Amino acid sequence: MVKLTALGPFDGLLPREIGGVTLTALDLGPAFSVAPYRGRAQEVSEALEAALGLPLPAPNRATEAAGGARAVWTGPGQALVLAQWLPDLPGAAVSEQGDGLAALRAGGPAAETVLARLVPVDLRPRALEEGHTVRTLVGHMTASVTRTAQGLEIMVFRSMAATLVDELVEAAEGVAARG
Amino acid sequence: MRVAGKGLLEGGDDIAFRFDGTTYRGRAGDTLASALLANDVRLVARSFKYHRPRGVFTAGSEEPNALVTVGRGAAQVPNVRATVQEVYDGLDTRSQNAWPSLKHDALAINDALSPFLGAGFYYKTFMWPRGFWEKLYEPIIRRAAGLGALSGAANEDRYEKAFAFCDVLVIGAGPAGLMAALTAARAGADVILADEDQRMGGRTLAETHQIDGAPGHVWAGEVLDELAGMENVRLMPRTTITGAYDQGTYGALERVGLHRPPGGALPREGFWRIVARRAILCAGAIERHVAFPDNDRPGIMAASAVRAYLNRWGVAPGQAVTLFANNDDAHRTATDLLDAGVKVVGVIDSRDEAPVSPDYETFLRGRVTGTAGRHGLEEITIAHKSGGRTIRTDCLAVSGGWNPTLHLTSHLGARPEWAPGRAAFLPAKGAVPGLRVAGAARGTFSTAGCLAEGIQAARRTLADLDIAAPDIAAPEAEDAPYRIKALWQVPGDGRKWLDLQNDVTVKDVELAARENFRSVEHMKRYTTQGMATDQGKISNVAALAVLAEATGRGVAETGTTTFRPPFSPVSIAAMGAGGQGEGFAPRRLTTSHAASLERGAPMLEAGLWYRPAYFPRLGETTWRQSCDREVGMVREAVGVTDVSTLGKIDVQGPDAAAFLDFVYANRMSTLAEGRVRYGIMLREDGFVMDDGTCARLGPAHYLVTTTTAAAGQVMRHLDFARQVLRPDLDVGIASATEQWAQFAVAGPRAGALLADLLDDPVELPLMGAAEIEVAGVRGRLFRISFSGELGYEIAVPARFGAALFRLLVTLAEGQGGGAYGMEALNVLRIEKGFLTHAELHGRTTAHDLGLGRMMATGKDFVGRAAAGRPGLCEDREELVGLRPAGAVKQLTAGGFLFAPDAPPERVHAQGYTTSACFSPTLGTGLALGFLRDGRARHGETVKMVDHLRGLSVLCEVCDPVFFDPDGGRARG
Repeated sequence: MVKLTALGPFDGLLPREIGGVTLTALDLGPAFSVAPYRGRAQEVSEALEAALGLPLPAPNRATEAAGGARAVWTGPGQALVLAQWLPDLPGAAVSEQGDGLAALRAGGPAAETVLARLVPVDLRPRALEEGHTVRTLVGHMTASVTRTAQGLEIMVFRSMAATLVDELVEAAEGVAARG
Repeated sequence: MRVAGKGLLEGGDDIAFRFDGTTYRGRAGDTLASALLANDVRLVARSFKYHRPRGVFTAGSEEPNALVTVGRGAAQVPNVRATVQEVYDGLDTRSQNAWPSLKHDALAINDALSPFLGAGFYYKTFMWPRGFWEKLYEPIIRRAAGLGALSGAANEDRYEKAFAFCDVLVIGAGPAGLMAALTAARAGADVILADEDQRMGGRTLAETHQIDGAPGHVWAGEVLDELAGMENVRLMPRTTITGAYDQGTYGALERVGLHRPPGGALPREGFWRIVARRAILCAGAIERHVAFPDNDRPGIMAASAVRAYLNRWGVAPGQAVTLFANNDDAHRTATDLLDAGVKVVGVIDSRDEAPVSPDYETFLRGRVTGTAGRHGLEEITIAHKSGGRTIRTDCLAVSGGWNPTLHLTSHLGARPEWAPGRAAFLPAKGAVPGLRVAGAARGTFSTAGCLAEGIQAARRTLADLDIAAPDIAAPEAEDAPYRIKALWQVPGDGRKWLDLQNDVTVKDVELAARENFRSVEHMKRYTTQGMATDQGKISNVAALAVLAEATGRGVAETGTTTFRPPFSPVSIAAMGAGGQGEGFAPRRLTTSHAASLERGAPMLEAGLWYRPAYFPRLGETTWRQSCDREVGMVREAVGVTDVSTLGKIDVQGPDAAAFLDFVYANRMSTLAEGRVRYGIMLREDGFVMDDGTCARLGPAHYLVTTTTAAAGQVMRHLDFARQVLRPDLDVGIASATEQWAQFAVAGPRAGALLADLLDDPVELPLMGAAEIEVAGVRGRLFRISFSGELGYEIAVPARFGAALFRLLVTLAEGQGGGAYGMEALNVLRIEKGFLTHAELHGRTTAHDLGLGRMMATGKDFVGRAAAGRPGLCEDREELVGLRPAGAVKQLTAGGFLFAPDAPPERVHAQGYTTSACFSPTLGTGLALGFLRDGRARHGETVKMVDHLRGLSVLCEVCDPVFFDPDGGRARG
């Protein structure tokens, strides 16, 4: 029987290293947007915490459970839960999103300097600490940017993966050329 | 000429650059202006209007005269200030506004005609005949006047945009700015220090003053070294703060690569947005000119610029220098020159008392009444308290006093205030929230005063931010008082230039006053004073003082024009950095993109998406051949196309059904699980916004499909409806467009293809939906058709999209079909009379589209009330089909419809066409369009006229469903 092979959004595009920046594709695995219905946020948060050790994150925060599951705030009353499975959440609108997103990590000493060419918010560690997340723009793309222990993680729509790489590479080349 | 032992530049003349085709040599640290002066090049430009010979006037960004074009071809940049451009090996520059050459400029004839070319000349002269202005006069005038020109070619150079954030932005790195930055930095604040110069230090680089016992530039270097070593400080040289905006946002232009040869990845310029909690403006001051007859010759320069060229660049701009001043400060020019061994011929001071020197003659109550020298100054005529005389001189240093560089304080609308004692405008208090002003920008002109004010401004700023200020003492420095007596113009005849860049004279301003343009704003526009690229930095204050005299008012009463961003010119390329070509918008690529390219498919842009137009096969040379084949393939076998770009919105929640009933004109609450329904959404104004299908996947779970073009608009609309219009409904919506790769499989052999694809056969009724397993992957199957054939759409998670597309195309080819693109998709839907945004163009109602009956009664929905307005239901242009009925067979979209015998003029138009194609299925051209009362006119003949393409076609009006009107084929 024919099997469909999976292809990541950055297939053939990453990894890249330009000057002081490394761009690495992240495999999000299954991901779900979780938006609690009215008055049911606590119930949903408790169910998530019981099942995955991961309550719903506060605004502009991202959390990680011991088991590796993560939750990233993505807007008012809405979070993206990155986990292999979800408990039954009757109190929330749950929508699969893992395939719809392209995520990469920008690491290295020049990561913030390069992203400052594209992202209109302060991403320096004193402003965006580990575990902080923002919904913002990367160039013309809407994006979610999160600081983790490994660096800055950027998520955009999957269809824009190539544009994201192009824009990051151009910005990184410009920064590197300053010497 | 260079003066041995003077200046801060190190190294020899090892840089070769070109000006007007001649190669000269300069040093690292030279500007084009300093290097040209070092080579004794004095004539560098021709003026805007009269083509007067002009030379370098200043040593800074305020330069009005010395504008050049840098580079060649697409990358050439016009109107570059020679005082800002740094020399580098290979720098290629040209003068502007001169033909055939700078020395022999034919249009210098304008200068002889100047009595006729004063302010308002064009307005008065070229009034008649009317049509001549645009066609004849303006092109001639534009060719005669004007500075540099763009190449007309797209610039391929790189530019960048960037964002920065700080606690304290210090603007200007002179004595005040350095102390402000140092104070804030030592307190631990996050500091950005920006300065437009290549080297920081401000006037410390141009003066011989000592600070704390060391030469000023040495002191500045030590402060800069300390700042550079601090982690909380970012030094931004070559960066001009161009504008002050709301909430502490400042625009800034950085010359990133303009001082190096072009090419490579280094951006030429960077446009920054700096968000600062507080800012301190220490931008210094700009020296004024004095309006005396023929005060514009090469060799006449600002006194401070003469000092700067001498002390910083080691260049003497003349061999026999004279000075004309109305203040003490300027006399330092004479003493500095003497100390360097340059001959000073005389000092003319307009005041009764002035510093005197045994080394040169000082003429009190003196004034320059005339100058001579064709391509550069040769002599001046002066009058003074005890007579008059002529002096041979090749450089006249002039100081009319100082104007604080307060431009940024005007950017939010505040007007500077007149300070008679300083004979200058000073920044209004609180002009820009969060911005303090210190030093010369605030009218404090002594070095000691600037240093102290820098510290004080920083301390107050730190207090605002709740940061403890460090103990820091002002260094010792000169503290001379500012002694000045205002002098704006020298009485007498002759042309006295105010605005050197726009060629505005005292006479022009006086004429404006006589013709009753007495308001400073009117005078400005009548004379164009201050409207050139330098925005009158040198001349505005003098011009309004002249206006004040001419109208018998004081300067304070006359007031001043304000300044707007940008402080100095900003290239559009920098502001639009990253937006050239494909950078204009993100490219959205489907999962089948690579496979489509491999098959040679040209791409069409739909919204931001790239979609294949057609898939050419061997032997096909035109798009029509491919398109016709693909249409036939779908009608006779089976075709596969990527429909992932259509918007998909997950709507869930206890009130999902009620919510959809509210946003759709028709009902969705009655839709059974596992079924799909076509729906239309209206805008609030009653017109159709979008159409698409809606599938009910579960009791409280719907999947809304939108058109590709309107996906974003519909998502926004639903969010608005949810949050604002119906907050009472408990519903969650999420975009799922990108999660799923979705492919249409259409044609009589679609069922056979599916049987090959799926292990478990699925029996799905038309407009049914089911979860399936596709080659080991969980997916969704819908039985819907946009082609009129038996049709399915198969969705799988996007990561499997590429693989599924390849598999489906292979299977389709096995059935005698294959992939089809947008062109065929369009023909298929026109044959069936299906709608796209060509028809849903925002001015059509459900009634117009023949969908009036879909508007449900007995429920409220967005647009319902407005759709019932008079004028939206009757006497409308209605959707019809059109077929050619005469000799001409071609139909086009965008044509207008007329009665066959009516003249094809706008007033007779009865409608228009929106979509057209050649139908290979029916062997004829087809069009969809809107015709007045069209549904009642099937069978009539109308005339389609496409004025743009020169077509006139007789057509038969018919039902918009041309093919398989009873829909039997889709039912299978």
